[in-house]
Amino acid sequence: MSEIYVVGVDGSEGSVRAVQYAVDQAFKTNAAVKIIHVLEWSPYTFLTNEELAERHKRRKQELERAKTAIIDLVVKEINEQGVSIVGEVRYGNIVEQLQQYCEELDASHMYIGRHGGGAISTRIFGSVPGALVQVSNIPITVVP
Amino acid sequence: MRISKTFFIWFISIFTPSVVLAQDGAGKSFDQVISEAVAPIIYPFVGAVFSPMPGSEAILGTAFPWILGWLVIAALVFTVYFGFIQFRGFKHSIELVRGDYLDPNDAGEVTPFQALCTALSGTVGLGNIAGVGVAVAIGGPGATFWMILAGLLGMAAKFTECILGVHYRNEYEDGSVSGGPMYYLSKGLSERGMAGFGKFLAVFFAICCIGGAFGGGNMFQANQSAQQISTIIPFFADKGWLFGLIMAVLVGVVIIGGIKSIAKVTEKVVPFMAGIYVGSALLIILFNIGSVGDAFAAIINGAFAPVAIAGGAVGALIQGFKRAAFSNEAGIGSASIAHSAVQTKHPVTEGYVALLEPFIDTVIICTMTSLVIVITGSWIPEGADGHLAGIALTSKAFASTWGGFVYVLALAAVLFAFSTMLSWSYYGLKAWTYLFGEGATAELVFKLLFCVFVVIGASMSLGPVIDFSDAMIFTMAIFNIIGLYILMPKVKELLRDYQSRLAAGEFKNVRKGG
Repeated sequence: MSEIYVVGVDGSEGSVRAVQYAVDQAFKTNAAVKIIHVLEWSPYTFLTNEELAERHKRRKQELERAKTAIIDLVVKEINEQGVSIVGEVRYGNIVEQLQQYCEELDASHMYIGRHGGGAISTRIFGSVPGALVQVSNIPITVVP
Repeated sequence: MRISKTFFIWFISIFTPSVVLAQDGAGKSFDQVISEAVAPIIYPFVGAVFSPMPGSEAILGTAFPWILGWLVIAALVFTVYFGFIQFRGFKHSIELVRGDYLDPNDAGEVTPFQALCTALSGTVGLGNIAGVGVAVAIGGPGATFWMILAGLLGMAAKFTECILGVHYRNEYEDGSVSGGPMYYLSKGLSERGMAGFGKFLAVFFAICCIGGAFGGGNMFQANQSAQQISTIIPFFADKGWLFGLIMAVLVGVVIIGGIKSIAKVTEKVVPFMAGIYVGSALLIILFNIGSVGDAFAAIINGAFAPVAIAGGAVGALIQGFKRAAFSNEAGIGSASIAHSAVQTKHPVTEGYVALLEPFIDTVIICTMTSLVIVITGSWIPEGADGHLAGIALTSKAFASTWGGFVYVLALAAVLFAFSTMLSWSYYGLKAWTYLFGEGATAELVFKLLFCVFVVIGASMSLGPVIDFSDAMIFTMAIFNIIGLYILMPKVKELLRDYQSRLAAGEFKNVRKGG
């Protein structure tokens, strides 16, 4: 069975570069590439009554939008190069979901783009690559 | 359902005379004029709702309002009928709220924890601070005992109504849902061959729900927060209307202007505020630890004593039950509107989650307020403060330990009031659209009226406000509970189905991996 590379995407240019890089690497090793977009979500966020009533509808819309605006665009771009990739959208904590997705697929490598946020914002909010590097069980490539 | 235009106009005219009358009060303060204008409308209605049970005076020695008997008997019937579900199912409720049964594939949907918090933000309001102050002032410490008992029994009523809310909700193609007593009364009774009666109950429930939204969900909140703010900012003392106007603008900005961020911020702060409130109460209890024994003795003795402040043990019982019902809204049907929107694998899970609400609201938060009032001895009338009631009594009790608590209380009061108003504006709106149909104009009329009532509530004296609030909220229970009695076999059927599927492992416990 061939290796699986996972790429975390968020619609940014950096993540598109990460997908391209992963595809290039996969081409050399005959690996399969799977992409994932995580919609940041916490089961403990407070919702107003209106948000509660609309949540199910909004969830459908959010999944649909993420699929068409992020996943499908990347998949199409890569497919045009003659390479077949598939993508998935999930809800939850970005770091946890990326790691879980890799474990489920028994992926051998993870690729992510770099946002290039400032030092201060990184200090305050942390960075996804930074957090992933701390917890991941597989090698990660951060594509600039 | 659409109701004729005539009814719509009649409805508005019934609820707004005070605004018109308020303009011709030469020589009187604006607040006085408003109080006097609404009193003739409020009192006949209040008198009917709280009329005593025939013969209660002769048997009990004091007039016992039939509506309280109605609520308590219902809660007792549901408790027995569902085999003390509030105690047997408590552990399962905690497991559900903790997320033990969350399916990872449903991530992004409303979680039981979120549903509980949203429903609580509607019930944890000034009923917990001011309502308890009223109960202890009139009923004495013994009212606490009956309040706790009413809270515990009320858990079964909440359980019943929230399951029905989910089961009979309307689900639309776009994924949005509408539910609550209006829907289970009409659909549920229709299933049992009582379509006409069901519709009758649903319509009258909706009318009372709108009144409840204007009363307990709005005027009472505005009134008591205005009163507490005036203790720290004396400028507002005789300008309740001005405070009301400020609150009305803030509420209007959120519900009409759609500025969600204000609602978000308030509602995020409310859970912390509730924590600070309970923490402050615990601190005060700790400072007065030596009086705890006496306080409990006073509570137990007051609950069963032949003679207490007003009407003996029965007086304490009336106040305890009344304020508990007003605070936790069990049997009233309001929480069912919030819970019915949640996507669940089975309606019964919402029942389990909802039964925690009266526990948190009444058994924990109301009891804390009550203990502070009793332990500090603030409930004993003395000198000029002899007639303190409502939030003024609670404030005195908190301030007796540390003056700074008055500010904590004022902040808590305003935030609780604001979040409760926003929740009730939603409940009221749902009832309004059930009656008048959904549409931008109908919704705007309701929202504008809601803002007007904030000003009216903040302007009036406590008496008429609390009477009107109580009467409207309790009237909702008349129609709701008739429906609950008729539909409780359905709830039992759903409960059995859920329990057998749970036992069969259909709903997996993620934590246990079962």
